[in-house]
Amino acid sequence: MTQKQKLVLIGNGMAGMQAVEDILKKDSAKYDITVFGAEPHGNYNRIMLSPVLAGEQELDDIVIHSKEWYAENNITLHCGEKVTALDSTAKTLTTEKDNNFEYDKLIIATGSSPFIIPVPGKDLPGVISFRDINDVNMMRDAAKSYKNAVVIGGGLLGLEAAHGLQLNGMNVTVLHLMPTLMERQLDEAAGHLLQKELESRGINVITGADTQEIIGTDRVEAVRLKSGEEIPADLVVMAVGIRPNTELGQAAQLDVERGIVVDDHMQTSAPDVYAVGECVQHRGQCYGLVAPLYEMGRVLANNLCTDSLENYEGSITSTKLKVSGVNVFSCGEFLATEDSEDIVYRDPGLNVYKRLVIKDDILIGVVLYGDTADGPWYFQMIREQKNISDMRDMLIFGQAYATGGGQDADPFALISALPDEAEVCGCNGICKGDIVTAIQDKGLTTLAEVRSHTKASASCGSCTPQVEMILQATAGDAAVAHAIEPVCGCTTHGHDYVRQQIREQGLKSIPEVLQALRWSTPNGCGKCRPALNYYLLCQWPGEYNDDYQSRFINERAHANIQKDGTYSVVPRIWGGLTNANELRAIADVVDKFDIPTVKVTGGQRIDLLGVKKEDLTDVWADLNAAGMVSGHAYGKSLRTVKTCVGSEWCRFGTQAAMTMGIELEKLSWASWTPHKFKMAVSGCPRNCAEATIKDFGVVAVDSGWELHVGGNGGMVVRATDLLCKVETEEDVKEYCGAFMQLYREEGHYLERTAPYVERVGLDHIKAHVVENEESRKQLYQRFLISQRYAQIDPWAERARDKVHAHEFSPLAQVG
Amino acid sequence: MTTYWIEVGQINDIPPLGARTINTKTGRIALFRAEGDKIYALEDRCPHKNGPLSQGIVHDCAVTCPLHNWVIDLQSGEARGPDQGTVPTIPVKITDGKIQIAITAEATGTND
Repeated sequence: MTQKQKLVLIGNGMAGMQAVEDILKKDSAKYDITVFGAEPHGNYNRIMLSPVLAGEQELDDIVIHSKEWYAENNITLHCGEKVTALDSTAKTLTTEKDNNFEYDKLIIATGSSPFIIPVPGKDLPGVISFRDINDVNMMRDAAKSYKNAVVIGGGLLGLEAAHGLQLNGMNVTVLHLMPTLMERQLDEAAGHLLQKELESRGINVITGADTQEIIGTDRVEAVRLKSGEEIPADLVVMAVGIRPNTELGQAAQLDVERGIVVDDHMQTSAPDVYAVGECVQHRGQCYGLVAPLYEMGRVLANNLCTDSLENYEGSITSTKLKVSGVNVFSCGEFLATEDSEDIVYRDPGLNVYKRLVIKDDILIGVVLYGDTADGPWYFQMIREQKNISDMRDMLIFGQAYATGGGQDADPFALISALPDEAEVCGCNGICKGDIVTAIQDKGLTTLAEVRSHTKASASCGSCTPQVEMILQATAGDAAVAHAIEPVCGCTTHGHDYVRQQIREQGLKSIPEVLQALRWSTPNGCGKCRPALNYYLLCQWPGEYNDDYQSRFINERAHANIQKDGTYSVVPRIWGGLTNANELRAIADVVDKFDIPTVKVTGGQRIDLLGVKKEDLTDVWADLNAAGMVSGHAYGKSLRTVKTCVGSEWCRFGTQAAMTMGIELEKLSWASWTPHKFKMAVSGCPRNCAEATIKDFGVVAVDSGWELHVGGNGGMVVRATDLLCKVETEEDVKEYCGAFMQLYREEGHYLERTAPYVERVGLDHIKAHVVENEESRKQLYQRFLISQRYAQIDPWAERARDKVHAHEFSPLAQVG
Repeated sequence: MTTYWIEVGQINDIPPLGARTINTKTGRIALFRAEGDKIYALEDRCPHKNGPLSQGIVHDCAVTCPLHNWVIDLQSGEARGPDQGTVPTIPVKITDGKIQIAITAEATGTND
């Protein structure tokens, strides 16, 4: 038996481990593999630190290789043990613990370090970089106790840090030395659009800002610019660039310039010593994006495992910014030169900007802002150096137009038209062909499987729609059954995607949605139309025209249809409190309209059952006259606020539950929600109002109010989760409105709060409603704005103003 | 049995993708305005549990019953999908935007 060769990897990061994975794929028996990592973790996906900071993912979600994985693949891992010396002649290396190891082949993948600008105060506590999980943890901790953050550097990483810190509730200022943001990836126009967008989100941006000093005694207090301006800062994040880690290479006397110099085979100046990743300099270039690192890894793995040597020829990179809701894409040469020509498209209304740079009929660069869907297609053409003269007139409008088909083009046809070499996932450098092959060879049927086998869409996730379409086009029906639950049979899109597109494309009517998202039916069905109507109403309060014919009959007739086709009428009884006047009016309509059944409901109201449809408007007119309004017992909206008698009467009561209940009902009545929404207020922990099985439950305690969410007393009983405790009535209202708004914005249509809370997790709700005051206040504000348009009594509109009169009378009487 | 064409109203009396009802001596008729302003008349009873189809959501050439979400094809009156059942349909004529439906003498309450 021949002895296996010893392969050692220095650097347990994405580049090196990708090479190791590719080696295992090529020939898992060839090497005994040992890995050294300076960080005390397994390998995680560094480009996903931004989503972790933004609270969208946790460390566990971004681990690529757990410690178990190394054991399963017979790889020896030395975590937290730095390699300090290398002797490439003797083929040995030494670690900081003075252990010596031999190797036959060595891969250096030591990555890079953040560049710290040498200004006074750079070592103060509170000044950090944005490079690893420790930095993210420090930022998240800082956000809990401090207010002001300054990010130095308006590049990709800096802006993602700024976005994440803002989501964590901090006041963020971005200082950027150059006149426009992301000047290495974006041209001036796109940089300005980006700045405007970030500023509209409340991020303060100062360009041309040259940092002179970081001020503070025990901790950072402010940043002073050369202009003399001082910006208060409790936290400073330096994100001005990276520097390849070359110390080991230098000590070993390898050829080192900016990075460790490698040839096209990824070999350094020493035999059997290779290098990949951010520590490398190849043909004069250093890379800081993940796709080139992976390409290097693939080439190296091939050259270490087979006899046919491959060359790495450098990478054209594309850039996407991972800030949710901001779509930016660029690649290639986008700065105009004398012999290049620009095609520019600008729509300030939709905030769309596209610029194509062409030289000798070949596309050499592209900058997209706002609409980036065609980014991968342009990227592909740049890489292929395709002659574009025959589609030049339509090129700027994207693939659908330039290749025929126009806006009716089938998205599946577009995906099918993509060549196998077209890159789909820019983060991980995965081409369409890789995905198709994996689906076919391994019989993959779910997005999760495709992600775990190919890593496509497993990083920033912005290519998820394309990957899903490839999955569906390749695996056919088998895929659909497992994919994200579509809204209904008219579409393959899930609820979240549809809402995102409504928001991002600014879609403002149902026909627009159906067209933009290529519904398969001309006007939807009884399932999707009410959902879309709700999503549009929620997204564009005061602007969207409610589509009456897309409402379920109960919400059209403002009463509950019963099994015999008659209706039930439930007037609002605020907080369950009524009086003789209201009761008399109710009794009178029962007599006048011969209403057969009068029932006290579980929500402390009175239900009048068996009302003929033709009588509804007259019944409402009489109830309106006594001061009563619709109880929305028929709607996907706020239903009741149940109360106990509270400290107003009860000898055990600690707070005024009835008053609180009425306040909450006045705040939230007539709001439309994804599904019905019920509340209750109990005046003491005995909880007589059963608040802990409501969507939002309030239980009074001596020192204030406990707020509970996500309860349900229906088919599946679920007790609420405790959200938090607050002190004042005003707090209760603010938290209530914020929670309702979060549910309104994130809930799937017909999803009650109980499954919603389980789907998104209580931590997510706490993060937005409890821990982040800014986010809570914004949610509450959006709720109040929406209520301004919603709080109109639909009964009065119909009884008095004769709105939709046709609904309540037959067209004709025959005989 | 004798049938009559009776004028019941105009297309514009029915909201697009909506419905109106016509009361007769033999029960209620639902008049639908479907995609492309096509008008259909059916008995206003779902074959499942007699739900009032006129109160359902109209889409394409079908209506979803408000009681249990059966989907009824407006042209044939047949239930779509896995459900089985048929709603009697009533002939409709459109002249200059005016709607006429064919109903029996019995429905008009006259004895011929």
